[in-house]
Amino acid sequence: MSGIYIHVPYCKRKCHYCDFFSVEDARGMNEFANLILEELRLRKDYLPTEPIETVYFGGGTPSLLTADRIATMLNGIAKTFSISPLPEITLEANPDDLNPGYIRSLLDIGFNRLSLGVQSFDDNDLQQLGRRHNAKQATNAVDMASQLGFNNISIDLIYGLPYSSTNVWESNLRKAFRLPIQHLSCYHIIYEEGTPLQRKVFMGRVTPVDEAVSVEQFDLLHDLASQNGFIHYEISNLGKEGYFSRHNTAYWKQIPYLGLGPSAHSYNKTSRAWNPRSVDAWINAIKKGSIEAENELLSEKDILNEYLLTSLRTIWGIDNGYIAGTFGIDQANRIERVANKYMQLEILEKCDSNYRIKPKKFIVSDGVIADFLTE
Amino acid sequence: MNTIRNFCIIAHIDHGKSTLADRLLEFTQTLTDKEKHEQVLDSMDLEREKGITIKSHAIQMDYLYNGTTYTLNLIDTPGHVDFSYEVSRAIASCEGALLVVDASQGIQAQTISNLYLAIGHDLEIIPIVNKIDMDAAKVEDVKDQIVDLLGCRRDDIIAASAKTGVGVDAILEAIINRIPPPVGDPNAPLQALIFDSVFNSFRGIIAYFKVFNGTLRKGDMVKFFNTNREYDADEVGILRLKMVPKDSISAGDVGYIISGIKDSSEVKVGDTITHVDRPCDKGIAGFEDVKPMVFAGLYPVEADDYEDLRASLEKLKLNDASLTYEPESSLALGFGFRCGFLGLLHMEIVQERLYREFDMDVITTVPNVSYSVYTTKGEVIDIHNPSGLPAPTLIDRIEEPTIRAQIITNNESLGSVIKLCIDKRGVLKNQVFLTTNRIELTFIMPLSEIVFDFYDKLKSISRGYASLDYHIEGHQVANLVRLDILLNGEMVDALSTLIHRDYAYNFGRRMCEKLKELIPRQQFDIAIQAAIGAKIIARETVKALRKDVTAKCYGGDITRKRKLLEKQKKGKKRMRQIGSVEVPQQAFLAVLKMD
Ligand SMILES: Nc1nc2c(ncn2[C@@H]2O[C@H](COP(=O)(O)OP(=O)(O)O)[C@@H](O)[C@H]2O)c(=O)[nH]1
Ligand code: SF4
Repeated sequence: MSGIYIHVPYCKRKCHYCDFFSVEDARGMNEFANLILEELRLRKDYLPTEPIETVYFGGGTPSLLTADRIATMLNGIAKTFSISPLPEITLEANPDDLNPGYIRSLLDIGFNRLSLGVQSFDDNDLQQLGRRHNAKQATNAVDMASQLGFNNISIDLIYGLPYSSTNVWESNLRKAFRLPIQHLSCYHIIYEEGTPLQRKVFMGRVTPVDEAVSVEQFDLLHDLASQNGFIHYEISNLGKEGYFSRHNTAYWKQIPYLGLGPSAHSYNKTSRAWNPRSVDAWINAIKKGSIEAENELLSEKDILNEYLLTSLRTIWGIDNGYIAGTFGIDQANRIERVANKYMQLEILEKCDSNYRIKPKKFIVSDGVIADFLTE
Repeated sequence: MNTIRNFCIIAHIDHGKSTLADRLLEFTQTLTDKEKHEQVLDSMDLEREKGITIKSHAIQMDYLYNGTTYTLNLIDTPGHVDFSYEVSRAIASCEGALLVVDASQGIQAQTISNLYLAIGHDLEIIPIVNKIDMDAAKVEDVKDQIVDLLGCRRDDIIAASAKTGVGVDAILEAIINRIPPPVGDPNAPLQALIFDSVFNSFRGIIAYFKVFNGTLRKGDMVKFFNTNREYDADEVGILRLKMVPKDSISAGDVGYIISGIKDSSEVKVGDTITHVDRPCDKGIAGFEDVKPMVFAGLYPVEADDYEDLRASLEKLKLNDASLTYEPESSLALGFGFRCGFLGLLHMEIVQERLYREFDMDVITTVPNVSYSVYTTKGEVIDIHNPSGLPAPTLIDRIEEPTIRAQIITNNESLGSVIKLCIDKRGVLKNQVFLTTNRIELTFIMPLSEIVFDFYDKLKSISRGYASLDYHIEGHQVANLVRLDILLNGEMVDALSTLIHRDYAYNFGRRMCEKLKELIPRQQFDIAIQAAIGAKIIARETVKALRKDVTAKCYGGDITRKRKLLEKQKKGKKRMRQIGSVEVPQQAFLAVLKMD
């Protein structure tokens, strides 16, 4: 069981808050699909297990590529690996890139999940974020995709925005739940180093919202989502039963994945690797016949810490029996002690034999998780 | 004996003592070019960096003058108040002193108090205005100050530059012509004053002495008068750049003795060396067993390092007899040591040396002075730690050490300096105009009041002008209470302080405020309380953390997230757990950081 991630590093215009790796010039875009095929050929032995359960095109903006080019890549993957009978194949798309013809082609070439970068249904929010679509385009895109046959649609939303309000956030959520979506990825705005938005905060021209507002909006998200049948299964992911993102879930469950394209990350259970964060460096590497991905061999400590950090982000939590068996009884005892502390604080709960952070408390999870880590 | 001159240099930090010493070595050709390196006398790195001499040393020079070769012994003195007893013993070993004053700075408090000490020992003072090569030099002004202070003739003052060498010959000439040779009887019973000692890992303790009477020969059986212990004089000699063994050292001269002593506490500065066979009647006057005045808990940052810390302190003590330590434990900090220091600088030096020489990271608790508690049963207990205070009902009275503080300041800051001292429970004893714009103030004040932030405050209200020197004066009854700090109801022993009752409320409130700044928010509210006994006198709350998540963990970049959280974990590891509250180490020094 493995996943494949393809990073499409192109955007028409950089959004103000974004620190994903993407470039505004389209250099290499025409050869991109072939370069991915080439990288695939070079790295096909990376994954320790098959079949491929999930394929995910992320970015950047994968929807800037024509359906043909995407098909080329998908076919290449299908020829290289054995694919599970019911794979999850996702494309991230910008709402304004979608039109009926494009959507039909995506369905034809095998996509069964769409992840739309909506971010907000409020035009003011969208403008502040530097998104190129408007609210109308966002709703249309969802409706259109659903009508034409996508029955697994996710949208991204951002909360905790400056210049916005809890009212706007609430109406965003209500709008979302009226749409034919099955999944939501929501995160609080992060002022990432080097982004225009972060610079504005630094210069004092943008004031981040108060913590109380962040918490209010998080609570609203959690509560409205459960009222609408969405399960808060990971800090920033919510989905209807049966519609959790299988690809992202694999990240939390130690399932290997091969990441192709600039800046893509890969994991094969014993090590992690990441591609150069530059289109040119990536292209050169492939042309030289070697992807010199940076590589990190995982120590036992790393493996335990990753297990803790990824599992505690989810409603599945950590299994201390597994920890005892794999990492030893001392670790399990230590974890038991930390767990007790947070049980008492009513941040952690026991679910079957697992400890998990209560979804309502996901908002304070960093410190809790840090406490669980081993040194 | 007529050709010996023993002298020291009295100077404020940075006024040029070390540079002048180098010049003297050079002019007397004691220092060949090959051996020459800057500031020979300050040998420890730390001293060099702090610009101070921690341990005094001595060095002998030969100087040919008018056809006679003179022996000049320069006895170096430590440059800080904490070591004032050692300074006094060095001064007691000399017949003369060079008073070095920076031409751009003028006379400072420390110069004055050491000067008084030197005059008190009848030393011949040779005043020197140094750094005359500087543009900012105010040679005539500084000469005025010196004339006012010493009542000497203007012509007696030598204008010099230790940097360029101007005036150094005149200084050497003055040393020979103005400083009297030592007196003493080489045939009388031996009396030699120990003015310093150092530890050498191969040879053990090396004691430096000046022979007042008699002659000390290699192989003699000697006795230390005050400790009453006997040793073989395995080696005696004089100090050049290196130790030079000699067969004997006679009255008037300065030398060293090695006698297989391993424990620095057996060699007490101020003690008298005499012969076992033919002892002197009395020791040289002025012996004092110096006791540490300031105490603080030292705890290893990593609890596992306790034994290492003990070993390090043991080694430090080998060449720092004034450091004391005894095991102590704290609920908050675990196992550590209660250490006694001569003063705050001494404490800082020990901390620094632990860190640099032994790679030991320590948490230091708030320092306190040593109190004498008189119980209702008539006992006297020395308290070095607030948590050791007996129950209030058992206390008859508490006495605290006082100091005589000498402060020199200018007219502009006079008012605020006096106010500061009075706020610190000081009593003004004397006020003297040294010049029209330099005033010397003498205060009697509790030592505890200068332990915290006095010096920094003094400097800041006088814009760096005021200088301070102090000596232990005595004891006085004090109305003290123990102020405790509670975190979510649990007392933090390491944060308890003894404080004057009138100051307790204000202090408790500021303490709570400072702790509120220093303790990071956690998953629950944290109540910070200050209490006297059962009575809560101040309270602050650290509100619970409500948002602590950077949710994005996108594209499978787990490594970055893991590293971030591991870093956070490291930060937590360095914190101390009080009940359920995590307290950062710097909180234990909160008191020192209050403004
Ligand atoms: N211009 C000038 N600088 C000097 C003179 N004597 C010492 N200094 C400088 O003043 C600083 C302090 O001198 P130092 O001998 O270390 O002072 P100490 O703390 O009294 O030992 C050093 O930077 C010296 O180089 C001098 O005569 N002229
Ligand atoms: S479209 Fe997505 S990847 Fe591109 S700049 Fe905007 S947020 Fe970043």
